[in-house]
Amino acid sequence: MRLSIDHHTIYRFTQPQGRLVQMLRLTPENTHDQTVASWRIDVDCDARLRPGRDGFGNAVTMLYAEGPVDGIEITVKGEVLTSHSDGVLRGVHETLPPALFLRATEATAHDAAIAEFAADAVVGARDRIGALHRLNRALHQQFVFDAGRPEPGLTAGAAFRKDSATPRDMAQMFAVAARSLGAPARYVSGYHHTDFEVVHFPTPHGWAEAHVDGLGWVGFDPCTGMSPEEHYVRVAMALDAAGAAPVAGSRLGEGGEELDVDVVVQRED
Amino acid sequence: MGKQAFDEIMGTPGDTTARPELAALGHWIEETPDAELRRRQEAAETTFRQLGITFAVYGENEAAERIIPFDIVPRVFLHDEWTRLSEGLVQRVEAINAFLNDIYGERRILKEGILPEDLVLGNAQFRPEIAGIRPPHGVWAHICGIDLVRTGPDDFFVLEDNARTPSGVSYMLENREAMLRLCPELFREFRVAAVDSYPDLLLETMKSVAPHGTGSNPTCVLLTPGHYNSAYYEHSFLADSMGIELVEAADLVVDDDIVWMRTIAGRVKVDVIYRRIDDDYLDPLVFRPDSALGVPGLIAAYAAGNVAIMNAPGNGIADDKAIYSYMPDIVKFYSGGECKLRNVETWRCREPQALKYVLDNLEDVVVKLVDGSGGYGMLVGPTASKQEIEDFRAALIAEPHRYIAQPTLALSTVPTMADGGLSPRHVDFRPFVLSGSKGVQVVPGGLTRVALKEGSLVVNSSQGGGTKDSFVLMKDQSQRMGAGGMTQTMGGMSQTLGTMLPSAGADT
Repeated sequence: MRLSIDHHTIYRFTQPQGRLVQMLRLTPENTHDQTVASWRIDVDCDARLRPGRDGFGNAVTMLYAEGPVDGIEITVKGEVLTSHSDGVLRGVHETLPPALFLRATEATAHDAAIAEFAADAVVGARDRIGALHRLNRALHQQFVFDAGRPEPGLTAGAAFRKDSATPRDMAQMFAVAARSLGAPARYVSGYHHTDFEVVHFPTPHGWAEAHVDGLGWVGFDPCTGMSPEEHYVRVAMALDAAGAAPVAGSRLGEGGEELDVDVVVQRED
Repeated sequence: MGKQAFDEIMGTPGDTTARPELAALGHWIEETPDAELRRRQEAAETTFRQLGITFAVYGENEAAERIIPFDIVPRVFLHDEWTRLSEGLVQRVEAINAFLNDIYGERRILKEGILPEDLVLGNAQFRPEIAGIRPPHGVWAHICGIDLVRTGPDDFFVLEDNARTPSGVSYMLENREAMLRLCPELFREFRVAAVDSYPDLLLETMKSVAPHGTGSNPTCVLLTPGHYNSAYYEHSFLADSMGIELVEAADLVVDDDIVWMRTIAGRVKVDVIYRRIDDDYLDPLVFRPDSALGVPGLIAAYAAGNVAIMNAPGNGIADDKAIYSYMPDIVKFYSGGECKLRNVETWRCREPQALKYVLDNLEDVVVKLVDGSGGYGMLVGPTASKQEIEDFRAALIAEPHRYIAQPTLALSTVPTMADGGLSPRHVDFRPFVLSGSKGVQVVPGGLTRVALKEGSLVVNSSQGGGTKDSFVLMKDQSQRMGAGGMTQTMGGMSQTLGTMLPSAGADT
């Protein structure tokens, strides 16, 4: 499948800023089932971009802009060729062992209610992969899909007590649940294409990966109850959503900011 | 404790005279009237108070800051004892550096099953955010403060490997300064290795780890969280002594993966940062996003190899209490030889059998929180009340994985000024070990902490501890200093009394 991505991130500041330093995780990499045909990051002000890599092995771009800046627009455009993968991640260089991903974070702290839900969901599963698929479907059925922007700082435990959930919250709940079952799990950010016509998403997409001995890392998207397939473009992963955030930023200056994000993913073939 | 302890000056229990090598010190103690010793001690403390060398005790409401009590009787290491101890310290710190290189790189030690994988990977002190980064010259633990206790002339045990940002070195320097001024006769009697070259050795260490291609005169800075920090005096004192800038986060900016310092003359590229702030607060883009103390982009500059950070981020995994009990194996794994410095026997309460032993022997052991420090969250069985023991029993049963336990050792003592005159008090020791690109060196001295309460084993200043000077005797004691020999020379540097006003930080 040939997917085109058009992702705009716009910050507007109520007062001019002296400096901006941002860390962007906006660059997908080639895997066995994902080939980046073209990709570029553009910024609408005088900024310096430096490529690098974070501790999880994600490609990052450091953005340095000298003020005064009253806003910045980051435009990401690219095309990615994908193939059928059965949701199994292949051809990625892993920098950290799976056992690291059993670890909890503030946003994905161990939660007794989620653990209980997970234990119930997997009753009858014959093996680890079967259990994880059951868990994925159970989470999908449990929550009304929330298409809005996720609430900043909401933990998986707090999200679990609501009726509706955003992709970020669903994926973080999946990670907490899978870890409670003893499966290493992580948060993945990226893009996905839906079968509707042109859809504008308010954020990039988020889903989860869990590690299964013998298979490796397998993707799970509780928003659909399925594994991510060729209509997904994988960009970055970490222990939680904050660790894989598309933009982590810091600015020097007074005043507030407004954030506007628009993501369009289209199928080209 | 009730056990007979080795006295570092008087020798084995029962001896009424000093160890032969320290006979002169024994005479000094005997011949100097208590009132005179007290007068000198008070003079030293007055100076420390005037300099503002104070610390705040956690959990105390009154804002009054206290000075750490100073004791006038030094503790002394004989030359041979020191040589053997130093060999152990060098071996240990080399292993800590090798461990950190490995654990954030290949992780051979996990693959070979020397350490349980979950103990490292599940440990909050293992920071995945910096995995894969190799610091300039492969040096991680530039400054280590290895906490030791002693039970005999050559019997040292490591309590803690402080490989993050150990403090207290200003006490080593300032206590020596006071002793040179107040007890000059001791320095005529003994040839004592100088410690005043520490700032120069530290600066040399900093320069040696500057990124490749920096040039011969790298820019070094000391990054402090600011003057509200309890160790701020030490920060400013060290920066002053080294002649480098003392900066706060707001003075540094990262641009194009390079760290710059703002100065009135414009931007200056920074090559080496001695940071006295915790990992969590270093860079809000990578660690705690709410940190105002950090420098956005610092880790990117570090990952790009454009700046050295000392000590390296992520070091907490090397001095973690849960890792501590494996240190002899870790040292053996990287050095290929037996670990020269012993650990205190440690029961890991996460292991059921160890837990059972600890619960059965709470009156005899010391129980510590795995993630505690400064003497908080600690039970000293032999001196604890019944209630304290029962409280710890409940806590251990509820969360055994949070605790380790150790036997109470017959810690060495040193004569110390008490209400009724000189009396033995238990001491511990923190030597400072520097690692640069050219190797590891031990500064001949350190911070001696003394438990001022009779029989107490807790030396933390927050719990009623004091400090002493720590003499390391030089090899040849026959050539003693002349009467005017109050300038000490070492490492090509000299210090003349009265030219430097040292300050202090808090202890961790």
